[in-house]
Amino acid sequence: MTPEELQKVAIIEQESQEQYDHRIHVCMAAGCLSNRADLVKQQLEKQIAANGLERRCTVKGVGCMGLCAAGPLVSIQPKGIMYQEVKPTDAPDIIQTLDKAPIERLRCDTAMPFFKEQKKVVLENCGLIDPERVEEYIAVGGYQGLLKALTEMQPAEVIEEVTRSGLRGRGGAGFPTGLKWSTVAKAQHPDGRKFVICNADEGDPGAFMDRSVLESDPHRILEGMAIAAYAVGATQGYLYVRAEYPLAVKRLKQAIRQAERLALLGNNIFGTPFSFNVDIRLGAGAFVCGEETALIASIEGKRGQPRPRPPFPAESGLWGCPTLINNVETFANIPPILRNGGEWFAQIGTEKSKGTKVFALAGRVKNTGLIEVPMGIPLRRIIFDIGGGIPDGRKFKAVQTGGPSGGCLPERFLDMPVDYESLMQAGSIMGSGGMIVMDDTSCMVDVARYFMEFCMSESCGKCVPCRVGTAQMHDLLVKIIEKRATDSDVRLLNELCDMVQSTSLCGLGQTAPNPVLSTLRYFPEEYEALVQAGREREAAGSNGSAMHVAPQLKPNSTQPQAHVDSEVTP
Amino acid sequence: MNRNAKDKPAATKARVATIWLDGCSGCHMSFLDMDERLLALAEQIELVYSPLVDQKEFPPQVDVAIVEGAVATDEDIEKMRLVRSRTKVLIALGDCAVTGNVPSMRNSIPVEDVFDRAYRDNAQLQPQRPATNLPVLLERVRPVHEVVKVDVHIPGCPPPADAIFYIISELLAGRTPDVAAVTRFGK
Amino acid sequence: MTRPSVPKPAGVAQPQVVTLRIDGRDVSARSDETILSVARQNRIDIPTLCYLDGLSGWGACRLCLVDIKGTPKLLPACVTLVREGMEVTTDSPRLQKYRRMVLELLFSERNHVCSVCVSNGKCELQAMAQRLGMTHVSLPYRYPRLEFDSSNDLFRMDHNRCILCTRCVRVCDEIEGAHTWDCRGRGIETRIISDLNEPWGESSTCTRCGKCVNVCPTGALSQKGTAVAEMTKRVTFLPYLTLMRNSDEP
Repeated sequence: MTPEELQKVAIIEQESQEQYDHRIHVCMAAGCLSNRADLVKQQLEKQIAANGLERRCTVKGVGCMGLCAAGPLVSIQPKGIMYQEVKPTDAPDIIQTLDKAPIERLRCDTAMPFFKEQKKVVLENCGLIDPERVEEYIAVGGYQGLLKALTEMQPAEVIEEVTRSGLRGRGGAGFPTGLKWSTVAKAQHPDGRKFVICNADEGDPGAFMDRSVLESDPHRILEGMAIAAYAVGATQGYLYVRAEYPLAVKRLKQAIRQAERLALLGNNIFGTPFSFNVDIRLGAGAFVCGEETALIASIEGKRGQPRPRPPFPAESGLWGCPTLINNVETFANIPPILRNGGEWFAQIGTEKSKGTKVFALAGRVKNTGLIEVPMGIPLRRIIFDIGGGIPDGRKFKAVQTGGPSGGCLPERFLDMPVDYESLMQAGSIMGSGGMIVMDDTSCMVDVARYFMEFCMSESCGKCVPCRVGTAQMHDLLVKIIEKRATDSDVRLLNELCDMVQSTSLCGLGQTAPNPVLSTLRYFPEEYEALVQAGREREAAGSNGSAMHVAPQLKPNSTQPQAHVDSEVTP
Repeated sequence: MNRNAKDKPAATKARVATIWLDGCSGCHMSFLDMDERLLALAEQIELVYSPLVDQKEFPPQVDVAIVEGAVATDEDIEKMRLVRSRTKVLIALGDCAVTGNVPSMRNSIPVEDVFDRAYRDNAQLQPQRPATNLPVLLERVRPVHEVVKVDVHIPGCPPPADAIFYIISELLAGRTPDVAAVTRFGK
Repeated sequence: MTRPSVPKPAGVAQPQVVTLRIDGRDVSARSDETILSVARQNRIDIPTLCYLDGLSGWGACRLCLVDIKGTPKLLPACVTLVREGMEVTTDSPRLQKYRRMVLELLFSERNHVCSVCVSNGKCELQAMAQRLGMTHVSLPYRYPRLEFDSSNDLFRMDHNRCILCTRCVRVCDEIEGAHTWDCRGRGIETRIISDLNEPWGESSTCTRCGKCVNVCPTGALSQKGTAVAEMTKRVTFLPYLTLMRNSDEP
C-alpha cells in the first residue's frame, strides 16, 4: 500500500458512509452483546429491509460506547441520538421514527455528565467504527500515525515524540514510555533480533479497559505496535491476549489478516524498508502472566513464572533478546500522539501524569461502565458526576483503585486528583484502571480478604513469601472476619504484610498486601470491631472465672481449624 | 528473665513445675539424663509439681513451668491456661510442645477417622469409641504457644540433657540463654 | 565458572573487573559474577536454600536477599550480578527478621516432622533454622494432606517435606538432561511432578540417576531403604559435572 492508496481507502469509505441519511450504530462489545445486542441488530436490519430503507439507512455493529450499565446501546448518526436498554422488539419503533422526533422512553441523555465530563483519546473510535472493518479505521485517520512515522521520521524522532508526550505505561507502574523505548532501541543483541510485545493479559477482577479497546478498535493496537517496532528496531511483535477474551481474539485475528492484506503489516510497509509481523499468543488464565517476565516465559512455551529482574526485558527479554513490552492502553495512545504530536498529548493531564486514563467504573455507582478522563480529575467528579453517585440513597464509603495490587481510599480522598503520584501517596495505585466504588454496606476487612484470596490463588508459587505468605494472610483475615482473632493475629498480619511486600519476587507478591495495608490504615475501626467481638465472645465463653488469659490465646480454641482452609462467606 | 532465684532472698528456691501433655515422656527422660547435675540443680530449685512427684494439683506462684508435649485435648487447653496463670516463666520443652511434632501428624486426618482407626478398625474385642469421662480430642493438635504465651522454646526430640541444663542454669542465673546454639528441631 | 545463573544481558562482550563493597569490605570481582559468588569467595556467607552451586540461579527462596545502597528493593544475591561501585549489605536486623520469617513460612507450609524424617540431622532446612536462630514457628501450621510417591523402585518422593526449591527440576533438566521433574499448579497448590503428573516409577524419561535425590535439601527426595536420620545427601559432584559440561562449550 502506498500513502496515496491509504488516502483513497479513507475517502471511499467516508463517501460510502455519507450516502446514508441514517447510520444506526449498535454496540457489539462484550457488555451489550451479553444483553443480546446481536438480536437488536438483526431486528433493525430486518425492519430496514421490510421498509425498503436500504439505500437511506445502514446498521453497523460498533465497539463500546461506555455506559455498559444501560446496554444494549444504540446510537443514530449523524443526528447523535442515543437509545439505551434497547430490546429487539424496539426495532420497528426506532426505524419508524428515524425521520421524526426520537423515542423518549428509550432516550439516553448524551448531555449528562457521564458523556460530557469524559475526554476520549484512547476510546476516540470506540462506538463509532465497526471494529471488524479496517476501512472504517482508515476512514477516521487510522494508520496515518504509522505512515507519518515511516515516511517522515527517523526512529529516534519517533521516540523523541513519545518522550515529549510524557506518556507513562498504562499497565500500572507508570514507567515513562519514551524512556523504555529508548532503552530497547539502544540495547544490542548479537543476532540483532528485537521484539515488541503487547500485554493484553488483563486480569484484575472487574477490569475491562483493554478488553473494550481490543474489541472496539483492534487496528489501533496494531498501529501502535508497528510504530513502536519501527522506533526500537524490532520486526516481530506478539500480542499476548488472555484466552478468556474470545471476541477480542477473534477481532484481533481478523484485524491482523486485514492489515496484512492491505500490506499495513508484513514486509516493506508503505514501500519503506521497514517490515513488521504480529502474532497472537493466548494466555491460559494465569493472572501472574500479566507480569512481564512471566508473560515472556509463557510466550517461550515455559511455565508462566516471573524471574528476578534485573536484567529487565528491555535488555534481555524474549529468547534473551531486547524486548519492548507495553500494555494495550499504552499502545492505543501512540497513533494519536504521532498524528497530533507529543505536545498536543502533553497538554492533557497534570504535570507528571499526562494524557487521559481509561477506567472501568464498577461497584456501587449508578453509571457503571467504561470511561476515559483526563489525568488529574478529582475522584469525586468521576464517582459523583460521571458515575452519577451512589444508588439507593446509600453513603459512599470507599473506592478501590488498581485491582488486587491497589488500595481502598476513604471519603477524605475524594478531592484528590487522580494521577500516579497522588494515588501512590495515598496508599493505592493507578494500576491498569479498575475502579470499584463501595457504599456503607461493604465490610472493608472482607474486601481485603477477597483480594487476598485472589492473590493467593493467582500466586505462581515460585517464591516463598508470595506462595505461603498470601495463604497465611488470607487465613488470618478469615480468622478476623469470623471473630476468632486476637490482637496478636492483627500484629502478625501487619508483619506479614511488610515481609511479603519487601521480599516477594515480582509485583504480584510485592503489591498483594496493599488492600490489607490500606484498609488497616483507613478503616482500623472495622478490624478493631471484629477483634473486639471475638474478645467478648471469648469472655462470655470462659465461664466468668478470673483466670488469666494469655494474649496469644485463641478464642474459641476448641473449634476445629480445618475450616480456615475452606472458603468462608461471612 | 529477671524474676528468678537471684532476685529473691537466698533461702528461697525457685519453684519449678513440669507438665506432661501429649508426648512420649522422652523429654522428661532427657531431663533426668542430667544425672548428677540434678543434684546441683536441686540446690537452686524446688520441684513443686511434676509427673515425677506426688502432687495432684498445680500449685500457685510457680517460677518456672516446663511443658513437654503438644496440646491435644480440651483438658490440655484448660490445664495450660491454669499453668500459664500461675507461672512466671513458661518453657516449651521438646518438639511436641514447640511444633506439635509426632502427635500433630494426625492433623491432616479428620478426628473421626483417627478414632475409627484406633478403636474400631483395629479392635479385636468390642469395637467401640470410648464416650464418657475422657478428654475430648481437638480437631487439631497444636503447639503450646498457639494456646498460651510461651517464654522460651527448646526444640529437639528430645532436647539433649546438656542443653536443658544449660538453658535452665542460665535462666536461674538471670541470663538469656542462646537456645538455638544448643538445640535443633528433630534432634 | 559455573553455568551462568542469569540470562546474559545483551551487548556485554567481555567481563570486566569491577570493585564493590560488601559489608564494608572492598572486594573486586568479574562483572559477570553474582553477588553471592563474590561474597562467598570473600568468606562472607549469605544463607541460601534454593541456590546450589552448579545449577542455574532461581531466586525463589528469598533467603539470600541483600540490601543494595540506592536500590529500593531487596535483591537476591544468587542471581544479581555485581556492578562497579555497588554497596551491598548482607546482614542487618531487617534482613535477619525476613529470613527467619521465610523459614517460618516454609515450616508452616507443609508437614515438616523432623523427628521422623529420613533427613533428620542432615537437612538443610533444619540446619538453616538453627543457624538463623529460629526456635519456633509463630505462624499457624497449615497441615495440608499430601501424597507420598513410592512407585520408583530406588527412590521415593515425600511431598510433606518438599519446599519447592526446584533443585530437582533444575538438576534433572540442566545436568542430566532428562527433564523428568517439573511443577504443576499455582501458589500454595504447587507440586513437584514427574513427567505429566504420572507416578515416578512409571516415568519414561527418568534415568534413575539419583541426582535429584542428592541435591534435595530436605527429606522430600530420598533413597529407599533409609530410615529416620539415615539419608545422607551428596551434592559435591555438581560443580564437577557442570565444569565438564561447560568445557565442551565454545
